[in-house]
Amino acid sequence: MILQMGWRNIWRNKRRTAVILVAVIIGVWAMIFMGALMRGIADQMVKNSIATLTGHIQLQDAAFRNDPVIEHFLKAPDKLAPVLGRLPADARWTQRIRVNAVAANARHSDGVVLAGIDPGREAKISFIGDAVYQGRYLGEDDLNGIIVGRALLEKFETRLGHKLVLMSQGADGEIASRAFRIVGVFRAELQSTEKQFVFVTLPAAQQMLKTGDEVSEIAILLGNYRDAAAVANSIRAGITDQTVTVYTWQQLLPLVSSIMKMYDGFILVWFIVVFIAMGFGLVNTILMAVFERVREFGLLRSLGMKPRLVVAEVLAESFFLLAIGTLVGNLLGLASVWLLSGSGIDLSAFAQGMEFAGMSRIIIPVVYVRDVVSADLTVFLLGLLISLYPAVKAARFTPVEAMAHT
Amino acid sequence: MLSMVNFILHTWFFSGVSFAFYFILHTCLYAEHKMNIVECRDVKKVYHQGHLAVTALDGITLAIEQGGFVALAGPSGSGKTTLLNIIGGLDRADEGSVTLDGNALGEMSEAMLAELRLRKVGFVFQSFNLIPVLSAVENVEFGMLLQGVPAAERRQRAWAMLDDVGLAGLYHRRPSELSGGQQQRVAVARAIVSDPAIVLADEPTANLDSATGKGLLELMLRMNETKKATFIFSTHDKMVMDFARRLVMLRDGKVVEDTRK
Ligand SMILES: Nc1ncnc2c1ncn2[C@@H]1O[C@H](COP(=O)(O)OP(=O)(O)OP(=O)(O)O)[C@@H](O)[C@H]1O
Ligand SMILES: [Mg+2]
Repeated sequence: MILQMGWRNIWRNKRRTAVILVAVIIGVWAMIFMGALMRGIADQMVKNSIATLTGHIQLQDAAFRNDPVIEHFLKAPDKLAPVLGRLPADARWTQRIRVNAVAANARHSDGVVLAGIDPGREAKISFIGDAVYQGRYLGEDDLNGIIVGRALLEKFETRLGHKLVLMSQGADGEIASRAFRIVGVFRAELQSTEKQFVFVTLPAAQQMLKTGDEVSEIAILLGNYRDAAAVANSIRAGITDQTVTVYTWQQLLPLVSSIMKMYDGFILVWFIVVFIAMGFGLVNTILMAVFERVREFGLLRSLGMKPRLVVAEVLAESFFLLAIGTLVGNLLGLASVWLLSGSGIDLSAFAQGMEFAGMSRIIIPVVYVRDVVSADLTVFLLGLLISLYPAVKAARFTPVEAMAHT
Repeated sequence: MLSMVNFILHTWFFSGVSFAFYFILHTCLYAEHKMNIVECRDVKKVYHQGHLAVTALDGITLAIEQGGFVALAGPSGSGKTTLLNIIGGLDRADEGSVTLDGNALGEMSEAMLAELRLRKVGFVFQSFNLIPVLSAVENVEFGMLLQGVPAAERRQRAWAMLDDVGLAGLYHRRPSELSGGQQQRVAVARAIVSDPAIVLADEPTANLDSATGKGLLELMLRMNETKKATFIFSTHDKMVMDFARRLVMLRDGKVVEDTRK
């Protein structure tokens, strides 16, 4: 009957109940929806970084990471074939060369990253597979073709079919240079990517640099990024060659993984801010409801109801408000996420600024169950906790005083 | 010997689970002494309002016998409400002693007083008697719920009680859907349904017209006769005093007249 009383009591002042319900609903919605947006931003950032020639796991020469020069290429990549053969079925891998180079044409020259790729395999791992929007992708044994980014094309004031010369240090220590013909132009999430990378085939890069069959890295993309650490460990166990080092994406992208952790903090702070705003409203509403009914609490106490039960009755009211509020808030939050899950929110208008932070132009909100659960628990448990204040106040009225109250 | 038993009983009492048991045994023990239901000895109560001390009760000595139908009368401010509150364990005397059904109220903690009110006292107030969000039958059930009476028995007794006070068919009305007289009847039903030692009614008819008030008093008198419930009620109203079988007049916190009819 205590629950029944609580339930009926909240509907005595419908308008007040409606107001506080709306506050709780907006609060929970804001927690879930904004949380999902932040997760979306972070996830997209990770995805971009991983797709930009990183992958989930990389095998490199031990010295390459600190000093990415041609001397520190993987010496005999073919020896690693057995290990790669034992990868999970949904994993894909590719070999590539990645070195700093200078690109030049008649009018301009600038530093770029020369990526020598296995066109077929790379397409399934990196963004480049579906990023070419003008011209064509690289053929398997294309020794002359090069793909450049849209931004680079504009900067170099050149176009499809024109020549671009690449220069870099060769394996022999001499400057190696080679002329390529632009066969395709790619687009990327970030302008910096469009300016940074130029793609040629792996054989073309190896010929130019005179490195034989050496590559700078082997990149692996897994079905699920969460498996990276486990798979990396099993690869390490399978490799005897001490010069080969296995990195997970967290190690390859330390900045990104620390930003991911920072987002946990952002979301927590956001939850707390929303909760504080909502909590004040809740306590205020319940205090109002309590002080309107002083005589009633006096009556309950006169009849021999224990203060504990009075506390329980007031908490029941808050329980129902919070339960309805979180339920509807969750539904609305998840519905808004679902509505945006197709198209996302287009931030291209702000892209210049956003790009600086490594964000995408389009944010697709992502729901983390952990966030939803902690939002609900925060609202629910903390909500009940702070409702103790008005509840205890209600239980403290002494019968005689309360009954005399007008 | 008795004090020994009393001591053991008090120890029991503090164990927390044996409230009901305590009351039953206590009542049995004192029953052979032919105790009065209520005994007030030299009860004093002073209210302090700032520097002003208002003596509400100034040495009340009064015994109410089992089965009595007693009116407390007197002008406004004479201390009727204060006395009823002290007898019912809602308030405490500053001096003197009050026993209710053998329990010395002055020695009891707040929690014990609440338990005593729940099991031994039925209250009917002047107004605002009922819990607005509960229906008539739920209001009658409320005390039994707190006492832990099983749901089916609770409901059955509450319905029978409402029938008895003439409210058959109005079980599911909320207080706001009942007239003043009907509300007071529900209050009487609630006060009496769990067979309390005493029913205390503070000006139960003050908000009713005289015909309705008369009806309520007739009901109370019938309950007094059929259920052997002891009633103490306060009033200014001559008509109400005429119903009483004993009339206690108060003035300035003192008993000035005590007549039995
Ligand atoms: N809470 C209180 N604080 C201060 N004085 C009080 C309080 N309650 C009662 N009094 C005073 O005590 C005296 C007795 O009051 P009480 O309410 O018992 O009288 P009453 O006989 O019930 O009067 P009425 O017929 O008006 O109900 C009055 O002088 C009153 O002003
Ligand atoms: Mg009074």
